[in-house]
Order: sequence, then structure tokens, then C-alpha cells
Amino acid sequence: MTESLSRPVAVVSWASFETPSEPARNEVEMLLPVISEALGNVGLTQQDIGFTVSGSSDYLQGFPFAFVGALDAVGAWPPIRESHVEMDGAFALYEAVEVLRHGIVGVDTALVYAFARPSRGELDRTLSLQLDPYAVAPLWPDARGLAGLQAQAMRDSGRYPDVPDVPPTVVADGAVAVVLAVGDRARELTPTPAWIRGIDHRIEAPALGARDLTSSSSTRTAAANAGASGADSAWLHVLYPHQEHLLREALGLNGQQVDCAAGPMMAGGLARFAAAAAGIASGQSRRAVVHATSGPCLQQNLVALLEGDAA
Amino acid sequence: MTEPVTMVDTPIRLDYSYTPGVASSRFLRSLERGEIVGQRCPRCHKVYVPPRGACSMCGVATEEELTLTGKGTVTTFCITNVPSPGLVPPYVTAWIRLDGADITSMFLVQECEPADVRLGMRVEPVWVEESEREANMGNIRYFRPTGEPDASYDDYKDYI
Repeated sequence: MTESLSRPVAVVSWASFETPSEPARNEVEMLLPVISEALGNVGLTQQDIGFTVSGSSDYLQGFPFAFVGALDAVGAWPPIRESHVEMDGAFALYEAVEVLRHGIVGVDTALVYAFARPSRGELDRTLSLQLDPYAVAPLWPDARGLAGLQAQAMRDSGRYPDVPDVPPTVVADGAVAVVLAVGDRARELTPTPAWIRGIDHRIEAPALGARDLTSSSSTRTAAANAGASGADSAWLHVLYPHQEHLLREALGLNGQQVDCAAGPMMAGGLARFAAAAAGIASGQSRRAVVHATSGPCLQQNLVALLEGDAA
Repeated sequence: MTEPVTMVDTPIRLDYSYTPGVASSRFLRSLERGEIVGQRCPRCHKVYVPPRGACSMCGVATEEELTLTGKGTVTTFCITNVPSPGLVPPYVTAWIRLDGADITSMFLVQECEPADVRLGMRVEPVWVEESEREANMGNIRYFRPTGEPDASYDDYKDYI
């Protein structure tokens, strides 16, 4: 993509909901108030949105094409420009940023949303299905166990003096919605846009044995491509505590305020964008690194740099 | 031993506890009482049966609930001539617009000759015995003709 195609994109609104276990509402019922709050905060309705994209996993719901059903919460009539990634909503946000940057006529706002209710299934077991389906997934290695292998590899490397134990995988239900806008449209919608100055997503090999689990090279590369340096804060998507050490090292963090959270699987990464944008809007941060991860043992990492107007 | 492996069995099983949601739960409970409830969209006023808690066209929550009579009109149908578990061919499957609903639902039509089923035919549900009812669609065994005059084409032309 050439620079001339590129338009500045900002986070202008967000809303989120998180609970350990949602008892009664289904995914659509959980999403509706979150989307309506995010749009309502900046006085928009779905008709004003140029591009809509979601991140979720049908495996968590146990329902084929569950992401299509979730469109009930959006109102896709008359037909809308819409997309979905079977990943965390942070990666859906990346798609929205690219669409907005390219300057499609009439597309100057985007709605990104993510949702999950992993409390209804066995998250550790479900995540096994993202592994090699022939040689690894049939062994059902659970997500916490794989994280344990990574923590032990870090201990064995001798490079990390204090590697924390691996707690149970975080199970949380929730929904997140983020509204993006381009240039002057963003300034119209909010006095405190959080500009996405850079964003990049890098993937490491799916085979765990082919990777150095004691260093997050994909995070390092994504950060370099996103220009994610000189930040005063970092919002990290940390699924297990030992991964914070790897991310701090890969991002070269030193003295910044660092906020770590896991959040609901498939929505927690997008929630990090919402939290960072809130930090910028409140003046708590002027230049923030945002991180989101996907896959086993930090296989995929996305890094973005957000800035307020004052930066 | 040099033959290539052409097939791998990798059995996969995941267990979920399904939650229908608030709106669908109310619908399923209504079936337990031998009733059918729908919900109306506050914006476009369309009535959804079964309700899903949202109007999929407007993207807003549906809260107003109404109880339907259960009677409806056949908007289109199919005569099946191949066997299916528990069904003796030929049998009729029909899309039925329940009175007051703005969406059609699929049910069996019985207690008449398949050749007599037609667009516009008025039908009503036949419920399982009260003692056997559970919170699911199986409570409605099938629909049967009411004997009322056929609905006019204008009543169902938008639902074919």
C-alpha cells in the first residue's frame, strides 16, 4: 500500500461488557446493548456505518455460522458492507483499518465487534482444535498445558529469573464494540480521537516444536512495522502471566505504565484497543502501544500504536 | 509398508451447554403451556416467531410480547415421496405464516390428503397431550386444516 492511499484512522468510540459467566442471554442479546452504546456514544446508527466487521469463533458457541446469527444485533438491512474473521476482534479491527485507509467512496466509519460465551463449553479443550488437525489436535493438548510448556521452556532457558506458575485459562463471557472513523470525520465525532498511527500482525509457525517459545519474534516484528516505540503506556493482551515477560522483552518496554488483561476469548484483544483509546481520551496516555494475541503460546501477535491529538 | 496413508480417523467431540437466550426461553416456556408467543420490533413493527430477542432487519431489541392464536395460512409446501424417520410418504411439509406473525415457520400438515394441500389453506396446530409437553417445538405434532375458507392471496403473497 502506498502512502498516497493512506488516510488517518482513529478509534472514536467503544463499549464493552464482561462477566465470568453470562447466565441467561445468548450472544445476540449480549451484543445488542454493547453495539448500541458504542454507536450511541458518538450519535451514530448502523445506517451511518460504512464497514462492519466482527471477530468471533463458532467453535466457542458450538453452532455453525454463529457469526452470521450475530448480525441480528447489527441490523443488516438494507444490505451492508460486512466481513468476519474467525479470530479475536482485534484482528477484525485490523481489517477495518485497512478498508478505511484505502479510501473507498462512502466508507469513512467502521464498526468492529467481538463476542464470546466460552463458559458454555470447555475452553481449554475447544482451543485444541486450532492445532494441527492430524498430528496434534487428536492428542487434545489443552491450552493451559501448552502454556505450561512455554513457561517451563522459559525457566529452562535460564534467561528469565522469575517465571510465574500458569493459572487456569481465563474463562469469561462478553462483548466489545469499537467505532473507527477517518480524518475529519473522526474529529467531528469526538474531541479525543485515538489515532492508529501504525498497525501490524505477524504469525509464527503453527508447529510448537518449530518455534522458540522463549521469545516472541512475531511481536518484535509487528512492533517494528507498526512503529510502536516511544510510547508512554502499553496495553497487553496477556492470557497467562508468564507471557507478559515475553511481551515486555519483545516490545522493549522499560518504565512505561503497563496494563495487562486476558478478557473473553476472541474479544479480549479488541477490549485492549478500547482500554487504550479510553486511556488516551482521559489524558492518562498520549502515545500507547496496543497488543493482541491469538493461537497457542503467542503464535500470532498484533501490535498497534495509538496517539492522541496532543502527542 | 510403502503404501501411502490415505485416511486418518481423528474423532472429535466437544460438549456444550446450550442457552437459548432470554427471548427464546420465553417462547419455549409458552410452548409448554400450549401457547405460541412472538415479539414485535419497536421500529418496523414486524412480529418474530420464534422471537430471538432482536429484529434482524433493524438491529434493535424486541421486547413487546404477544400471544398468537396458533392458526395460520400455508404459504408454500412440498410433498415428499421418500421415507424419513417416523414419517410415512407421501407427507407434506409446509411453510406456515401464523396469524399475526411476519415470518413463516415450517411444520408438517396432516389429517388431509397431500393432494388437497394448497397455498392459502387455513391450518391449526395439533398439540401433544398436556402431560407430555416439554419446552420444545416437538409439542406441536403437526398442523391440520381448519375448514375455514382459504385466505386471500393478498394475505400471504409477501411470504411465498
